[in-house]
Amino acid sequence: MRQISYYQAFSSVLRRDLQIAFRHRGDIFNPLMFFVMVVTLFPLGIGPEPNTLTRIAPGIIWVAALLSAMLSLERLFKSDYNDGSLEQMMLSPQPLSLMVLAKVLAHWLVTGLPLIFIAPLLAVLLHLDENSYGALMATLAIGTPILSLIGAIGVALTVGLPKGGVLLSLLILPLYIPVLIFATSAIDAASMNMPFGGHLAILAALLIGSLVLAPVAISASLRVSTN
Amino acid sequence: MWKWLHPYAQPERAYHLAGSLFPWFAVLAIALISIGTIWGLGFAPTDYQQGHSYRIIFLHVPSASMSMSAYMAMAICAFIGLVWQIKLADIAAAAIAPIGAVLTVIALITGAAWGKPMWGAWWVWDARLTSELVLLFLYLGVIALYASFEDKVMAAKAAGILAVVGVINLPIIKYSVEWWNTLHQPNAITVGKSNSMPPEMLIPLLLNIFGFAMMIAALSILRFRAEVLARNSMRPWVRAMVAEETKA
Amino acid sequence: MNLTFQFASLSEFIDMGGYAFYVWLSYGSAAIAFAALTYNSVRKRKAVLADIAKKQARESRLRQHRSQTQ
Repeated sequence: MRQISYYQAFSSVLRRDLQIAFRHRGDIFNPLMFFVMVVTLFPLGIGPEPNTLTRIAPGIIWVAALLSAMLSLERLFKSDYNDGSLEQMMLSPQPLSLMVLAKVLAHWLVTGLPLIFIAPLLAVLLHLDENSYGALMATLAIGTPILSLIGAIGVALTVGLPKGGVLLSLLILPLYIPVLIFATSAIDAASMNMPFGGHLAILAALLIGSLVLAPVAISASLRVSTN
Repeated sequence: MWKWLHPYAQPERAYHLAGSLFPWFAVLAIALISIGTIWGLGFAPTDYQQGHSYRIIFLHVPSASMSMSAYMAMAICAFIGLVWQIKLADIAAAAIAPIGAVLTVIALITGAAWGKPMWGAWWVWDARLTSELVLLFLYLGVIALYASFEDKVMAAKAAGILAVVGVINLPIIKYSVEWWNTLHQPNAITVGKSNSMPPEMLIPLLLNIFGFAMMIAALSILRFRAEVLARNSMRPWVRAMVAEETKA
Repeated sequence: MNLTFQFASLSEFIDMGGYAFYVWLSYGSAAIAFAALTYNSVRKRKAVLADIAKKQARESRLRQHRSQTQ
């Protein structure tokens, strides 16, 4: 019998998820539009004063990124759970954590990456300090994969529940808080021309930790919730 | 009075009418925009205060005003489709939406590129700029809503309702300069009153405005015809036409 | 109406009195956007035609197959 290598299993799941995402373009654009619109709402609510906006810009962008990531995570396992392919993945001889990692990577490529590219434009709208753009991009580049990985744990726990959406936010947002704090403090440090390498290092540590541990946690959660 | 219009509710006749109008719009669009742009870039007199950066006006004003006109056209089509249940009107509205969205994006980009040297900021949250941004969101919402339905008849109805509701935004943009004190200049052109712009500047601007309108018409016709074909693919007239084109 | 070319040379024209970046950013992005929109619209039409042709071809193959097997 032909053995499927780990690499083949990973890449086929990755390719399948990317194809599904591109066939449902709305899944890519809707979270992105949500991100843009949430960022737009803040100046309308708080007032257009540039100094105020400059101070709160990093926080606004990151909170909007968190909410948008959470919104987009719901479709990660839902449709596979509904049509049974999730069970098939769980029954296959390849490790579930490998395939789950592929799904999370596909999710980040489709939702996190566009977010990173559109964030500088939104930073212009919010009059973000000129020194902070590098820090903004760096923290988003390191932070959004963490959001996808940790968020996937929450989604895996609630995949079987009919109204999992609201519960999902309760589960995931506390886990996102460290990422939010270190990212925004990095951007703030950059705006005052202070070194922010330390903050980035901690974020990178969070990323590596979640890269290693989250797939295991996600698989365990999936096995529990699809019992 | 409108009886002569009724035959054009048939997809086939509308398709062929649109096809015969297309070359006129396309040629006019290319001609007017070329003349207007070259005149504006090279031959319009230099502004006393703003130097050569004001030449962005020849793109900014046409795209901004046409983005609103395109939305109006889309909303009217959507309204006709909702009230009189004419499916072609829904198709037309869906055809205009992406074009209007691109125009709005160009208006925002050219506005920012003009604002940076003039006001020192790429963006300010004043009423007119914000309304144009909201217009972009409305366009994107209509496009996204239309794309999210499998059944295009339902999709068009939903997107049509959204388009009609969003029409409220247009007067706010148009009169925002009068209602609020803003950083944005007052209207460059007013219909009916005498204008302070010299004709060497005014004419290329008008040429570009009408050229953009022709371009909207031409591109809408392209997309309209493609959508009509897609939705009527089972009809014999479509089959016959495609068979002819593939043989040729 | 007095129409003269407003720039002394081509390099001055490209420089736009120091505003080169902003002016050409505007005109460039507009040109790219409209070109992309036109290209997309033309391609949409071609895709629809190709799609219908494929459907027709498949149906004629089915009809042939059915008439052969009868």
